[in-house]
Amino acid sequence: MPAPEQFRLIFRHIDEPGYTNDLDCYVRNGGYETLRKSVARKPEEIVDDVKKSGLRGRGGAGFPCGVKWTLLDRKSGKPIYLVVNADESEPGTFKDRYIIHKDPHQLIEGIMITCFANKVERAYIYIRGEFPEGARILEKAIAEARAANFVGPGILGTAYGCEIYVHRGAGAYICGEETGLIESIEGKRPYPRIKPPYFPAVLGLYQCPTIVNNVETLCHVRHIAERGGEAYSKIGTPNNTGTRILCVSGHVRRPGYYEFEVGKVTMGQLLNEVCGGPLPGRAFKAVIPGGSSAKVLKFGERYKGKRKVGAEMVDYDWSLEDIPMDFDSLAMIGSMGGSGGVIVMDDSVSMVEALANINAFYSHESCGQCTPCREGSLWMKKITGRMVHGLARAEDGALLKSVADQIAGRTICAFGEACAWPTQSFVAKFGDEFKAYPESKKAKRADGVPDLV
Amino acid sequence: MIQPAAPDLITVTIDGKEIAVPKGTNMIEAARRVGVDVPHYCYHSKLSVVGNCRMCLVEMGLPAVDPATKAPVIDPATGKQRVNWMPRPTIACATNASPGLHIRTTSPIVKECREGVMEFLLINHPLDCPICDQAGECKLQEQSTGYGRGYSRYIEQKNVKPKRTVLGPRVMLDDERCILCSRCIRFSKEIAKDDVLGFVDRGSYSTLTCYPGKRLENNYSLNTVDICPVGALTSTDFRFKMRVWFLKQTPSIDTESSAGVNTTVWSREGVVYRVTPRENDSVNDTWMADSGRILYKQIREGGRLESIRVNGIQADLDQASTEAARLLSGGRVAVVGSGRSSVEEQFLTKKLAAAAKAGVHLVSRVGEGDKLLITADRNPNIRGALVTGLVAALPSAVLGALGAQIDSGAVTCVVSVGEDLLAAGITAGQLAKVSVIYLGTHANPTSAAAQVLIPTLTVFEKHGTFVNQQFRIQRFARAVPGSPGATDDLLALSRLVAAAGGPSLGADVGSLWAAIASEVPALSTMAYGNIPDTGLLLDATPWEGLPFAEGPSLHFKPAAPAAKEAPRG
Repeated sequence: MPAPEQFRLIFRHIDEPGYTNDLDCYVRNGGYETLRKSVARKPEEIVDDVKKSGLRGRGGAGFPCGVKWTLLDRKSGKPIYLVVNADESEPGTFKDRYIIHKDPHQLIEGIMITCFANKVERAYIYIRGEFPEGARILEKAIAEARAANFVGPGILGTAYGCEIYVHRGAGAYICGEETGLIESIEGKRPYPRIKPPYFPAVLGLYQCPTIVNNVETLCHVRHIAERGGEAYSKIGTPNNTGTRILCVSGHVRRPGYYEFEVGKVTMGQLLNEVCGGPLPGRAFKAVIPGGSSAKVLKFGERYKGKRKVGAEMVDYDWSLEDIPMDFDSLAMIGSMGGSGGVIVMDDSVSMVEALANINAFYSHESCGQCTPCREGSLWMKKITGRMVHGLARAEDGALLKSVADQIAGRTICAFGEACAWPTQSFVAKFGDEFKAYPESKKAKRADGVPDLV
Repeated sequence: MIQPAAPDLITVTIDGKEIAVPKGTNMIEAARRVGVDVPHYCYHSKLSVVGNCRMCLVEMGLPAVDPATKAPVIDPATGKQRVNWMPRPTIACATNASPGLHIRTTSPIVKECREGVMEFLLINHPLDCPICDQAGECKLQEQSTGYGRGYSRYIEQKNVKPKRTVLGPRVMLDDERCILCSRCIRFSKEIAKDDVLGFVDRGSYSTLTCYPGKRLENNYSLNTVDICPVGALTSTDFRFKMRVWFLKQTPSIDTESSAGVNTTVWSREGVVYRVTPRENDSVNDTWMADSGRILYKQIREGGRLESIRVNGIQADLDQASTEAARLLSGGRVAVVGSGRSSVEEQFLTKKLAAAAKAGVHLVSRVGEGDKLLITADRNPNIRGALVTGLVAALPSAVLGALGAQIDSGAVTCVVSVGEDLLAAGITAGQLAKVSVIYLGTHANPTSAAAQVLIPTLTVFEKHGTFVNQQFRIQRFARAVPGSPGATDDLLALSRLVAAAGGPSLGADVGSLWAAIASEVPALSTMAYGNIPDTGLLLDATPWEGLPFAEGPSLHFKPAAPAAKEAPRG
């Protein structure tokens, strides 16, 4: 079956010749019309639309956006904050940066609609510290929108007003964890908070109810408000509505951004047709489907089981290429859609070395607050580092798995899973390679080769 | 007094045992009540909960309800409501009692979690117990016996971190031993209100340190050493001095102010090595000031009075009593009692004054309170003097009236119980005019001028009680034997009472308390042995109009001034 056409919703204008990121261009293309219509509606209607749309968060967890909004504590009398998570740090993911660089007003419109719907009067965009250009673009865009009365007090002739502030992070992956992010805005180390009791919807920023949404999610809100919840929910597949930007990187001929209806494209169509297949003379070996913390998938494996189609349970027997790229299917086969960062590895890759790279990242990014992740991530890094530097042992694979098993599910935040899943899945799927690694020629480092980790 | 409303009780089930606990009790505390120990490092009952050590992971379950009808789901096998166990373990410290909550602390998964955390905590730990001061009272050692591996799977290089970091004048840090529980950071922020500690770097390289340009030098810094679950923070005073398992623990009271901080005195073979706070949730929680911890040094300090002297010549207690009887028989006696004396000593001082028909004077010591555990009144037992009837009003800092009486010749003999008269405003000329009977521990101008000098004991060497600012009577006990040549205060005072022609009274706390209970109305129903370790609150109403010096401090609010019609309760 040939791959479907891309469905460019967020990327409708991005990459169009002559499309620039200033206000005039955005307004010329119908920008802020949805906001104008939205502020004339009842806020509850917009929340309702988002609920009906079935929109799931695009940050990684895939939590239903409408449900997140309804969990907000609206009775406390405290102000409600919106925090935009633009701390895009998951290796393999680069969609939010592109949206911010190419179409910042789309994000701002989404923010303003979300704020209006939830009666928020102050929004913070927490942008990754390594995105100075993105921060500059956002500052400029907010100033433009403010001057045009789309942001600020009394927007578009209504009594409603909302300010947007850009807050730059200081360079840590953990700042993308929503409660760590909140701590960071408050000026503290981004130690994720314990939940309970610190659920952002109740005790978030400055101990006030807070919505934390991803950049792409908020852009979708703009399109939901434009099309209506019912209409939006027809895009994609049931429970996996809308479109999704897939960031493909690694060993394919045409890596890049591709926006598809969720679940309408399979892994095989995406990699072989859309991305042009493996590099010349190479074959695909493994793929990480949702950012580096998602569990790795092995080409040649088959995935069997039962799944729900409508009201019925049907058998499925998929090769890796058959898997639809949606939240539920990827979760069903033991990985996750995550942040949409698809990392492809071909047969030139040593899985031990790839894992050493990933472990180096996670041990560097562990905040150090809770024991299993703090100690476990560095231990795993030291083991894989030792392996690739020529002192591998046959039992290291089993040890790695045992260490990873002691982390997942026992930490304050999801970083525990993020750092344990790669190791667990690499060892589970490529255990032979770990066993054979001490014997392989690659295990010995050539003189003069710089340290990998 | 209005009793606080009875808290809502909630029934929770811990390892199959049901217990009713107040709403909001966390599962570590609830488990403690049924005798189940949930191991933990970062949790401390007096600090905020951060849940970072992950040692207290337990299995948690909630009663099952039908999602549609909200009706309880009954398990037909047991006839009880079914429990939905969570798939993932949860931390007990941040799990508060909710109706029907179940936890399991002994299941295989919980054991596995604890073993995992222990292994992680130890891989980068130096394992230098043989030279570590914490050995013997180290939580890592304790939990290792239950959840340690006995061998190491870790063949990598351990992390290298700073050793011997001086955090402040009294606290030394070994970062390699630190398990990053953040108790010290939270204590500094939340209790001492001196936010100077924090972590730098991240992940396993996180390092505890002081903020740039700051030092951990507040007067509560040593509490961080007490609450450090491992040997990372050590006291520069106690470091490398003694193995803790050799030390005897004696309950005592801090004498530096009227807060009446409960302490434990740690001693071995007659030598005190350290003083630490003893938990009393109505007085000092688990804290005490650094300044109170070095008071034990007075025991072996220079200037300690070493022998009974009569007119400068070494004598025994009989000779001293005879000479005292001669001086007291002349009439025109004044007694200077002390707010530092115990209740028992003050009772005897009152008896002495009555027998010698003498007026009683007291010296007040008022400084600035720190709103925590050092109060404005630096006498530990002014209220004891009120309760025993030694004095009826609060004293002043200067013995002006006594000076005038000496000048006028109305007083020719002064008995001083440990008070240096010169420091209390009596001039050298006035002192020369009177004969002095002095009881005290250390030499000073008054002891040098005394005709009769009886060396006595420090608080660490005797038994007794103090009444603190809350009118809470609290016991202290003898930690070490008395200094050579010193006489027990009670014996010395009872001999003086007899010398002045008074009744013969017991010279030990037990027999003395029979007399105290019969004569002191506020203490009439009590006996020394019956006072609980956390003290007993006395009825303060007879003295509530007095202008006490103390401001608010931990667990203490001064009574509203009597003049104002403040609403009660």
